[in-house]
Amino acid sequence: MAKITDRSRDIGEFVPRPDDGMIICRCEEVTKGEIRRAVHDGMWTMAEIRRYLRCTMGLCQGQTCSKLVKGIVASELGVPGSELEPATSRSPMRPVEMRVFANEVEAK
Amino acid sequence: MKRYDLIVIGAGPAGLSAAIEAAKRGAGVVVFDENARPGGQLFKQIHKFFGSKEHRAKIRGIRIGRQLLEEADQAGVQVVLNATVMGIYQDKEVLVRIGDGVEHVKGDAIIVATGAAENMVPFKGWTLPGVIGAGAAQTMMNLHGVRPGQKILMLGSGNVGLVVSFQLLQAGCDVAALVDAAPQIGGYGVHASKVARCGIPFYLPYTIKEAEGTDHVTGVTIAKVGPGFELIPGTEKHFDVDTICIAVGLSPMSQLMKMAGCRMVDDPRKGGQVPVTDAHGQTSIPGIFAAGDVSGIEEASSAMIEGRQAGIYAAAYLGYEEEQQMDAEETQLDQMLDGLRQGMFAPGRKGKKIEKTDEGIAISQNLLTRGFVADDEIERFPGVTKKAAVHPVIECTQNIPCNPCQDACSQGCIRIGSQITALPAVEESSKCINCGLCVANCPGQAIFLVDESAQGGAEITIPYEFLPVPKEGDQGTALSRSGQPVCEASVVRVRSSKAFDGTHLVTIKVPAEYSMKARFFRPAGRS
Amino acid sequence: MESRIAEHPVLGTYEKGKLVTFTHDGKKLQGYEGEPIAAALKAAGVQIHRYTQKRHSPRGIFCAIGRCTDCVMVVDGVPNVRTCMTPLREGMTVNTQYGTTDVPFEKQQGGERV
Repeated sequence: MAKITDRSRDIGEFVPRPDDGMIICRCEEVTKGEIRRAVHDGMWTMAEIRRYLRCTMGLCQGQTCSKLVKGIVASELGVPGSELEPATSRSPMRPVEMRVFANEVEAK
Repeated sequence: MKRYDLIVIGAGPAGLSAAIEAAKRGAGVVVFDENARPGGQLFKQIHKFFGSKEHRAKIRGIRIGRQLLEEADQAGVQVVLNATVMGIYQDKEVLVRIGDGVEHVKGDAIIVATGAAENMVPFKGWTLPGVIGAGAAQTMMNLHGVRPGQKILMLGSGNVGLVVSFQLLQAGCDVAALVDAAPQIGGYGVHASKVARCGIPFYLPYTIKEAEGTDHVTGVTIAKVGPGFELIPGTEKHFDVDTICIAVGLSPMSQLMKMAGCRMVDDPRKGGQVPVTDAHGQTSIPGIFAAGDVSGIEEASSAMIEGRQAGIYAAAYLGYEEEQQMDAEETQLDQMLDGLRQGMFAPGRKGKKIEKTDEGIAISQNLLTRGFVADDEIERFPGVTKKAAVHPVIECTQNIPCNPCQDACSQGCIRIGSQITALPAVEESSKCINCGLCVANCPGQAIFLVDESAQGGAEITIPYEFLPVPKEGDQGTALSRSGQPVCEASVVRVRSSKAFDGTHLVTIKVPAEYSMKARFFRPAGRS
Repeated sequence: MESRIAEHPVLGTYEKGKLVTFTHDGKKLQGYEGEPIAAALKAAGVQIHRYTQKRHSPRGIFCAIGRCTDCVMVVDGVPNVRTCMTPLREGMTVNTQYGTTDVPFEKQQGGERV
C-alpha cells in the first residue's frame, strides 16, 4: 500500500505506445493513452482517474472497463492490480431514470 | 418500511438454493432479481453438468433451473423479477427498483448472490458491432433462438469458451477457430475434444490483433503471442468472420457488498474483488452473507452448494435453526463442495502446469494445446481397453470431479471409486450389455462403445447432439478426434430415449482398422 | 443463412409470442412480442444500434444482459433504452441513437465530431 500512496516515487516519463488510441472505456470513449497519461499527470487512484477522465462513469458504471482501467493504471504505476483500491461503489448500481429514482413507493 | 426475515439478491443457482434452504426452515424469504426470468445463467446452460449424483451431475443446466424454481415455489419463497437492487445501506436497508418506482425494504439478514460479470479484453476494433461476450452468444441462441452470427471466432479456451463454442455449433453456426493467449487450454479436455472432433482448429498461444470492418465485423486477424504477451510479427492469420466472441473469464459482481461496507479483498484466485467471509459465507457485517460467483468464481454446481450453506446459516442466524443441527448439515455440504474442488482444475491449481494425472499417467500434451488426444497417446489411459466384444472406450484423461459413468453402468464395467476425480477405468472382466447409458450420461461426451467383433467392420457408438439426427442407412464420413476425415462410414443404428436426455446414440460402421480412430460422424453432403 | 433457429437439437423449438410489426428508423420490421428488441433486430439483420457521442462510431449488441449499455437506442422517443432487456411490443418505434438522440449528427446543432 505504501508504494501507491508514496507520491515522491518516480514513475518515469510518459512514453507513447502504438496502442494508445485504443478505446478502453466504451461508454465514455476514453483511450488507453489518455489513461496512461493521466497517471503521469498525478492521478494514481481509481477515484482520481474516474473524476479526471470520466472513464468507468458512463451508462454502464464501469461494468465493462473497471478491471481494464485498473490494470492499465497499476501497470503504469508498476504495482500489482490487486494493490489498487477500486473506486467507491455507490447507489444506484444500475442506470435508472431520475423520475424513477425519485419515485419512492411504499412496499406492499 | 416492509421487513423480511431474509432478502436474497439474485435468483441464480446460489440465490435460489439459499432461499430454498432458509424458507424450508421457516424464514420469510424474498428474492430480488433484475432479470425478467429467474435462474441466472442456468437457462442458458444447455449442457449436462459434471459432478456426482448429489451435485445433480448429468442433468442439463436448464433442467436444474426448473427443479430449483419448483423447489423454491414449494418452500414458499417469493421471487420478485424485474427488481433491481440499487443499494444496501446501514442496518440492512435495501433499495430496490421495481417497475417505475423504488422501494426501501429491510432484511434481518441479507444474502448477496449477484453472480459475476464477464471480463473483456480490448483490441483494435473491439467496439465494432459483431464483437460480443460469450454470455451474449449464449443468451441470443439459447434463450432467444437467434444465432449471434453465421461465422464466429472464439477467444478464450476456458470452460465457458469451450462450452459456448460447442453450443454455437449446435445452434448451426460455423466456428472458424478457437484462440487463447495462454500456452494451454484452460478448460476441461473433454469439452475441448467435443469441439476439436467437429474440426474446429485451436490456436494457442494466439490472441486477436484486430477486428476488421467499418460498420460491423467482417474479419479478424490473430497473431501468436510471446512470453510477455507481445504479438510476434509475421505470425498473423486472417479469418473471414462476422462475429468475434470473447470468453476470457469472469469477475465477481461484488459492488453491492463494497457499498454495504463489507470488508473486501482483491483475490486473483477468486477472480477479483470479493468480500472477506467466514466458513459459512458470512461477511464482516453480521447477517450479510455472500454465495456463489460473487464470493469467488466457480461453477454453478458449487454455487448451488454455497447457496444452500448460506441459506442454512442465515436461518440459524435468524433463530430458525439450532446450531448443532446446522453444524451437521454444514459438514455434509462442505464434503460435497470439497468433492467439486478436487482434481486438475481445482481452485489454486488453475494455470499450473500439470504433467501427470493422479494415477501417474502422462497428460496428453496434444489435448492441452490442440484440443484432442493424439492416436499415440490415447491407449495409455485406463478407460481405453481392447476387447473382442462390445465395450466402452472412455476417453476421459484428466482428473476432473465427475462420475456419472460409474453410476450409469449396471454391469460394473466402469470403475472410478470413491475419489470422484479418479480417471474412469474399464473393468475388462465385466460384460458390457451395449445399453448406451454411459455414452449418453457422460457430460463430457467422452465415452464411445466400440465393437470390433461386428460383422463387416467395427461398430462405434458416438454421442450426437446435432440436427438433423442421422438415420439408419445414412452414409457419411467418419472423423478423427481432431475432426479430420478418416474413412467412409454408414449409420447402422440410431438410439434416442428419454433416459438419454437429448443425446442421440449414433452407431456407425467403419473398417476395423479405424475402430480406435473414428470418433465423430459427418453426414454426406455437409462440410 | 436465416438468423432464427427453427429447431435446436437440445431445446427443440422456442416459445415465442405472436408476430408483431415495429418500425426501425422508419422501416417496418417484424419480430415476436415479448422477445428483447435486440433479438428481433438481430434476426432482421440490423447490427448497428447507435453511434457514439464523441467518435460517432457504431455499436451493437455486446453483453446482451443489460450490463454494458452498448445496445441502447431511442425507443418510442426515449433515448438510452437497453434493447437487450426491453421486450418488443406491437407498433414500437425503434430508432438508431446518435449520441443521445435519434437525430443524425449532421442534423444536430453543435454535434460536430470531437
